[in-house]
Amino acid sequence: MEKIKVGIIGPGNIGSDLMYKVMKSKHLQMHMMAGIVESEGIKRAAGLGFKTSLNGVDAVAADPDIKIVFDATSAKAHLHNAPILKAAGKIVMDMTPAAVGPYVVPCVNLDHLAHVDNFNMVTCGGQATIPIAYAIDKVADSSYTEIVACLSSKSAGPGTRANIDEFTETTRKALEIVGGADKAKAIIVLNPADPPLMMTNTIYSIVKNPDEKKIMESVYEYVEKVQAYVPGYKLRVPPVIDGNKVTVIVQVEGAGDFLPKYSGNLDIINQAATAVAEKVAENLLSKEG
Amino acid sequence: MEKRKIKIVDTTLRDGSHAVSHSFTVEQATAIAGGLDKVGVSLIELSHGDGIAGSSINYGMSKVPEMELLRAASKVVKNAKLTVLLLPGIGTIEDLQQAKDNGAQAVRVATHVTEADIAIQHIKYAKSIGMMAVGFLMMSHMASPEKIVEQAKIFVDCGADYINLADSAGHMVPDDVRARISALKNSIEIPIGFHSHNNLGLSVANSIAAVEEGASYVDVTCRGLGAGAGNTQNEVLCAVLDRLGYDTGVDLYGIMDVAEEIVEPIMQRPQIVNTASLMLGYAGVYSSFLLHTYRAAEKFHLNPRDILVELGRRGMVGGQEDMIIDVAFELSQQKTR
Repeated sequence: MEKIKVGIIGPGNIGSDLMYKVMKSKHLQMHMMAGIVESEGIKRAAGLGFKTSLNGVDAVAADPDIKIVFDATSAKAHLHNAPILKAAGKIVMDMTPAAVGPYVVPCVNLDHLAHVDNFNMVTCGGQATIPIAYAIDKVADSSYTEIVACLSSKSAGPGTRANIDEFTETTRKALEIVGGADKAKAIIVLNPADPPLMMTNTIYSIVKNPDEKKIMESVYEYVEKVQAYVPGYKLRVPPVIDGNKVTVIVQVEGAGDFLPKYSGNLDIINQAATAVAEKVAENLLSKEG
Repeated sequence: MEKRKIKIVDTTLRDGSHAVSHSFTVEQATAIAGGLDKVGVSLIELSHGDGIAGSSINYGMSKVPEMELLRAASKVVKNAKLTVLLLPGIGTIEDLQQAKDNGAQAVRVATHVTEADIAIQHIKYAKSIGMMAVGFLMMSHMASPEKIVEQAKIFVDCGADYINLADSAGHMVPDDVRARISALKNSIEIPIGFHSHNNLGLSVANSIAAVEEGASYVDVTCRGLGAGAGNTQNEVLCAVLDRLGYDTGVDLYGIMDVAEEIVEPIMQRPQIVNTASLMLGYAGVYSSFLLHTYRAAEKFHLNPRDILVELGRRGMVGGQEDMIIDVAFELSQQKTR
């Protein structure tokens, strides 16, 4: 069966894990890994028989075979890359907090974004909590939603550490825009326990209609929807309802494609991006066919 | 011989905020800050207990927005530095700028003892807008002296004015404090501070140990008002340091009066070492988990002690108040099985 060719910019942990996910995909075919300096990630991709380049975005933009691009660089680099990729007609999964395009959380709003050519993947915490926030808002109308994401220290890379404010601000905005809360707040905590803890996320919501049965059903429904593309997504504490306050805790265990299983935070954002790319590829293939 | 100077950092209006469930009013903040300023403390810390922007479901909502409290306090603080706490991951640079606009002159940027690098951007920003910036390591009982030195150097390199070491769980005994403070004293050039909790009844003794090893800033609160069994009691420490021949610059009778006449009347419960706060210290659990644990124990019909032991076993760090519900839920499931 024909597949859609993929380029990845940024051969770090995220980019390498994405490569393995693309290799397993039904509709996507790994084609090129691009970086700007020689690195382990470039060598790894070359070793697996894929094209590599040290010309970064330009190499990917210039390759006419590539239709879908994952940009796993940084917010600053993506602001530079986005117009180049757009001019070259590529459809982009933006893994950075640059937010050039709209936020996408696959099980919530992907179906409404058919025309988009630049998808922003929010943050790992956003991918883990927005489905639940949305599930609650949908049936109970959230006036305020707050999330606490706990990551193992080992899985928080230098980019996250140097720009931790970006995480809280981007996640908050997406909880409002995609999750539907009137107002939101995001908190991130790093825990250095060894062996590393699985990523856990707590979602609190103050709701206008605290109908326990409806909230339960909706949350369970969305947990299943996320599990369709993130198999390690699990409800730890089902909705606890206390007056107009709803509390839910979810855990994310990584798939262990390239990164260790405790890196559920990196896994969920990559799984979400791959799910979006799959959908895009499916549409492209059906148009061609 | 000239007496060695010790700077008194009063955090009644920040750590004490935990003990009153973040309910300080403008009148209370003004009275306390004004009183502290008059008696000569060096720094007056005012924030939600979990730092600026800590007002949340997870940590408790502030009754009055802390920016209002800051603005009010800034009108009466003339000599001391009005200070805020910021925990990266909760508060942001935007919040810090707001705090500065409302009168804060110093910020203490606090991370878990192994995660100092998440504070670099905030410390650098504080310095760039002319604030005093302090690198603050929490839960320091969980790391070795060598690890603490490594983390403190991250703060030193980004321009921190002093390093504050916190025994957030009130778990350390004086020798633990000595080992950590002396390691810092031998490795870094900038001043060192110490913050304690009285969960094992050792906060004054630990503070003295820190001073003897070279710490020159000590965190205190009036009447010990603070998370868990509370902090080092300001008026007691000042009296002890005076007896030991140190110069705190604090008027002893004055601070006794602030504690007794202004702070004591607003306390919601006596600041004692009861079973649950003793368990915090014994099991090494973050002190501000205390009141949240009581609430979860009531909701899930559990003994608070069992929740605290499990939190300690799991290695939970500061800021993970949400995991109290996780643990309580799990324990209640085990009970019904």
